[in-house]
Amino acid sequence: MGRFKKTIRNAIGNVVTLIFSLIVMIPLVVLFLNSFKSSAEANSMTLSLPKRWAFENYAIVIEKGKLVSSFFNGFLYATCSCVIIVMVVSCAAFVISRNHHGVNKILYYFIIAGIAMPINNVALMKVMQVLHLVNTRFGIILLYSAINIPLSLFLSYGFISTIPREIDEAAVIDGCFPAQLFVKVIMPLLKPIISTLFVLNFMAVWNDFTMPLYYLNNSGKWPMTLAVYNFFGAFQNSWNYVAADIMLTLLPVLIVFILGQKYIVGGISAGSVKG
Amino acid sequence: MNYKKLYPWYFALGAVTIYTLLCFIPGIVGICYSFTDWNNFSDEIHFVGLEHYRAIFSGNSKYLPYITNTIVFTIFTTIAKTVVGLALALLLTQKFIKCKNFHRMIIFSPQVMSYLVVGLVFKSMLHPTTGFLNHFLRSVGLGFLARNWLTDLKVVWPTVMAVDTWKGMGYIMVVVIAGLLSISPEYYEAAGMDGANFRQKLFYITLPLLKPILLNVTVLNVTYGLRVFDMIYSLTNGGPGTATNVINTAVFKEFSKGDLAMGTTLSSILFFIMLFLLYFIIKAMENKEVDA
Repeated sequence: MGRFKKTIRNAIGNVVTLIFSLIVMIPLVVLFLNSFKSSAEANSMTLSLPKRWAFENYAIVIEKGKLVSSFFNGFLYATCSCVIIVMVVSCAAFVISRNHHGVNKILYYFIIAGIAMPINNVALMKVMQVLHLVNTRFGIILLYSAINIPLSLFLSYGFISTIPREIDEAAVIDGCFPAQLFVKVIMPLLKPIISTLFVLNFMAVWNDFTMPLYYLNNSGKWPMTLAVYNFFGAFQNSWNYVAADIMLTLLPVLIVFILGQKYIVGGISAGSVKG
Repeated sequence: MNYKKLYPWYFALGAVTIYTLLCFIPGIVGICYSFTDWNNFSDEIHFVGLEHYRAIFSGNSKYLPYITNTIVFTIFTTIAKTVVGLALALLLTQKFIKCKNFHRMIIFSPQVMSYLVVGLVFKSMLHPTTGFLNHFLRSVGLGFLARNWLTDLKVVWPTVMAVDTWKGMGYIMVVVIAGLLSISPEYYEAAGMDGANFRQKLFYITLPLLKPILLNVTVLNVTYGLRVFDMIYSLTNGGPGTATNVINTAVFKEFSKGDLAMGTTLSSILFFIMLFLLYFIIKAMENKEVDA
């Protein structure tokens, strides 16, 4: 390839990348600018700078949006359900993938069918009532774990089959019990898929708002996404407040994302590349 | 070696218990209700057999378009996300691109936003008079391109799908980049020596080696697409009229009307569609294992 041709190719490549980044960034920038505008200005969503930077928007939103408590709620639900999912799914995937016969095979298809299972909120409500889980934090955590188990099992099953069986045999010859084998030998090897599961499920739970809408009727227990939804309902016509509210919900996630970018991106890909 | 002893079945007990209680039983109960006339207005429940299914699949049913909408949405968004994500991944692994990591981070960032927030933001960005997009088009002299993005029947579907692709493409990009980096450069060197051009390298080396990753990503995209709710609910709420209703928004509307049986019938149909697809996907995965 000639030098001139190469320069043109490089330029085009860089411009295309830049355009894509801009397309992704513009909504966020518009949102950011709007969160500092007055109500009247914020009525039209444009890239123009606010006439006066109204920092008080944020103070108002934090007070009215119950953002602090909902942040901790959302964090609690996402973390706890992720821990439960990772624990039960890695155990289950281990035995099911290693001994894929008889009962285990049936169990595998039984759980995998859950990927297709529709969530029927009325029937689910009845079951939750019987188990006394409605309107409790524990209930919503278990519920999130339950609905995310099938897909997680599907992903980790594929991953575990890539770990050679000889490792197990060597461990057993050295005198390992099943529990020891799993905790000391297999778990460390599962790190990539565990981080994938953690990231995927954390995002799914953090971003969900329909489950708490049905199963938590006390606004003190609401997670962040539902708080935003509720806030939007009340302040539909003041986009400056809504924008500030959304910015504040995005902020913790973006900070965690920027700090942990390496692990999140690595986590997402590690499990899927090998599996 | 005794597999039964080494891999005790009770390791699976936790997952099975939680899943059975809060996912399987409610799901099955729901499917059973689809054969009854269950509703909010009377306490009695009668068995009506396949009546609801017949109503949905009869010639002039209003529900049939919802099912086609869901399938069309799934097919188009899956293809769009995969193609755009793959193209971006190929671009962002080239040596001549500046600030690769920065671009990767930016393009991935919508992934951490909730669908609800994305929907709300785009709803205001796409507003016909005050929204950003029309404003921008007019200010650069392309005013004739301005549309009522979310209320015009002709453009509403492409708009919704574009927003969905906007959010989802970064995920595929990241996964594919990891896949690309794990492909040994020796393959490309060898192919280069044999005189392969870029297109040949892409179709004969890159894509075959990425197959398992693309399969995994497709499973995630298809299961998401068929179940889509948040995005459509916050962007258009099924409108204008019922033009952008998908199965899950229709289920939500039937439930709010109190027609519980019709709602469960619609979600049961979704279940059968997904089960059918899942069967083929698992078959494909098992073939892959045999190949390896």
